[in-house]
Amino acid sequence: MIRLLFFAALVLAWPVSESPAAPAPKELHFAIAGDPLTFDPLQVSESNAETIRYLTAGVLVRVNRATDQLEPELAESWQFSDGGRTLTFHLRAGLKFSDGSPLTSADVSRTISRALDPKEASPAGDTIRTAEGNPEIRISSPRDIALRYKAARPGLDRLFDSIGIAPPALKTPGKFAPSAGPFYVAEYRPAVSVRLQRNPNYWKHDTAGLPLPAIESVRLDIQQNHDLELARFLRGELQLINRLDPESFARVKKEQPAAARNLGASLDSEFLWFNQAPSKTLPDWKKKWFISTAFRHAISLSIHRDDIVRIAYRGFAHPGTGPVSPSNRFWFNSTLKPLATNVPEALKLLSSEGFALRDGVLRDRTGHAVEFSLITNSGNRTRENMGRLIQDDLKKVGIHVNFVPLEFGSLLERIAKSFDYEACLLGFANVDADPMAEKNIWLSSGGQHPWWPSQKTPATAWEARIDELELKQAAEGSRETRKKALDEVQRIVVAEEPLIYLVNPDYLCAVAPSLHGVKPSVAPPQLLWNTEWLRLD
Amino acid sequence: MLRKLALCILLTILLCALFAPRIAPFPYDEQFRDAPDAAPGARFLMGTDDIGRDRFSRLLYATRVSLLLAPAAALVSVALALLLSLAACSRFPLASHTISGFTTICLSLPWLFLFIILRAELPLNTAPLTSALLTFALMGLAGWAWPARVFTASIREIRQSGWVLQSRAAGLRGWRIALVHGWPHLRHIAGAQFRVLVPAYILSEASLGLLGLGVSDPLPSWGNLLQDLQHPDTVRANPWVLAPLGLLVLVMICLESLQTPTSASAGVSR
Repeated sequence: MIRLLFFAALVLAWPVSESPAAPAPKELHFAIAGDPLTFDPLQVSESNAETIRYLTAGVLVRVNRATDQLEPELAESWQFSDGGRTLTFHLRAGLKFSDGSPLTSADVSRTISRALDPKEASPAGDTIRTAEGNPEIRISSPRDIALRYKAARPGLDRLFDSIGIAPPALKTPGKFAPSAGPFYVAEYRPAVSVRLQRNPNYWKHDTAGLPLPAIESVRLDIQQNHDLELARFLRGELQLINRLDPESFARVKKEQPAAARNLGASLDSEFLWFNQAPSKTLPDWKKKWFISTAFRHAISLSIHRDDIVRIAYRGFAHPGTGPVSPSNRFWFNSTLKPLATNVPEALKLLSSEGFALRDGVLRDRTGHAVEFSLITNSGNRTRENMGRLIQDDLKKVGIHVNFVPLEFGSLLERIAKSFDYEACLLGFANVDADPMAEKNIWLSSGGQHPWWPSQKTPATAWEARIDELELKQAAEGSRETRKKALDEVQRIVVAEEPLIYLVNPDYLCAVAPSLHGVKPSVAPPQLLWNTEWLRLD
Repeated sequence: MLRKLALCILLTILLCALFAPRIAPFPYDEQFRDAPDAAPGARFLMGTDDIGRDRFSRLLYATRVSLLLAPAAALVSVALALLLSLAACSRFPLASHTISGFTTICLSLPWLFLFIILRAELPLNTAPLTSALLTFALMGLAGWAWPARVFTASIREIRQSGWVLQSRAAGLRGWRIALVHGWPHLRHIAGAQFRVLVPAYILSEASLGLLGLGVSDPLPSWGNLLQDLQHPDTVRANPWVLAPLGLLVLVMICLESLQTPTSASAGVSR
């Protein structure tokens, strides 16, 4: 054990890595945090494989991350008909996979059928599946394909941004499947790197008529240690870092100011919540605190969000308002403002609920001292510091917080399965500006409904109202009508505070001056969404 | 002279640790939010950490926790290892085989995963001090197997040495041979094992902190202060974060110096 733990400590303190080779000319070079778990575009479930999927898989439509508008990709055009129940795609002429084989509506049909097949358990397929059953797929020509659902599916077209069209199954073992995106996978060295080569058959051309992508190849080094990734960037070995923590960003800004990019508040949010699910380990008196809106609101009023921004995030964050980040300009309810710290108001609220502050200890009406544990994932320094600041803030209103950073697996076990926890501090990394993707979080029956997942019936009237509004917006076609419903959802969440929103971290990244054409976006894959247009000196 | 100097240094560190509440300028958990990451100066001798806590005060309290608990855990391990090794070298073959098998099992157990499982079972509202005591107690109980192997091999070697055989032939009783002839040899091996275990436990506690075990915040320990070494930027900007490491090395050198036999005692031993 000693040797094992000694080894773990040494690894933490002095990480080492293979010395990288110098990049070839016109080769974009950056790092991903780990080995991709799959190269199958339909089986992607983690961020490393997602990056590779985005760069290699051809999709029918693409969300322009800068304008949030849907743009044609492999599909030249598309339209809804039959009252929104049928979606028809019209493919471009002469499409080919990277190996030169033609791409037709048969490939699209086979890909969608595979994605919808329950045996495949495709995460991408989950988004286009419905409770009423799978859509009927009709091929009317090699370039036309229609999907017919039993009920209208507004917003369905956007979901095809993440369905990579795959070629027929590859029969040669050890070879990678050809792709229809800007690049194809040419080489994979486990734990070392993935090399992507330019797809010579990619359909897109620049304004001068030259074929895209302009870059010959992309090398993604597998680099778990972010400090080492940063050191390599500063030495000029890597050309971009897609996501930086506040400390690393401060260092880039100091050493290479031209490379540091801050896009302001990201789509992500950090928050804490109390466990409201039935849990045998939670005493009745604590359950009463946690289901009280006044108690949650008092906690929220006691937290110094400005200090979290200034100290934990070194100024690179914005005080949180609600479920939608202010940077998500269309969907954000602009009538909502961040909650200012107000300790006297918090104590007044607590007093109205029967709590009393005596000798520096807050007690409920039954005399129990207010104390709870707050868990988070260990290893995230910013989040751990945020927890320590909250612990200290709540001490000032007589609440004792046991702050416990846990290994991520144990944390998930507690919040999603055993419900053996009291409060949790975590964040959501939003992948899409459209809040449709968050439906599973807000529906009381949703598996990711944080404070009480998979409820049979909504536990409160306000949760029932959120359910109603979420279902309503999901069935609506017009963005304006959907926004009205989602504005009310945001209002309810801010009033009831089942999730106490803390901050929206800034989106921070680094781009070498030798890389041109980058249009950073707060929506993933932030720096990489227009890779086919990037050029290197 | 060297031993006296080592003793003086150890006593000074121990006194500073014991009287930390009197010496420390601030409570270890007080956050000076106006001065996060402050450089060393008149207000904060060693500067502040990234949430504005005084590094000097935290180091004093951390010394108290680590300097008392890590050696205590190492003592438990060494004592357990000695007892079990003596039993393993007894005249009963069954005891010898059982203990040898048990030692092999303990050496091959994935302790890190067992610690994760254990943390999952521990109440989340465990107080920081209880968590610290429990962690070091567990390390003490779990870390006996490796020294036990060393002790068992040494005891067997001593038993078969010429001078033990000669003592037996001279009619000395077993316990007298063990105390007068065996223990002086074993003592040095036990001392060396103890000195290996102390820093290992301090660093292990730092690693366990990442699993939610160990000394939990805001209570400081050398282990959780050493976690700052994971961030080269912090070390570069504030070399004072190396202070716990320096103190750990100093304590180990002092302990080593105390263990080294003087020429006089070496002469007696011969």
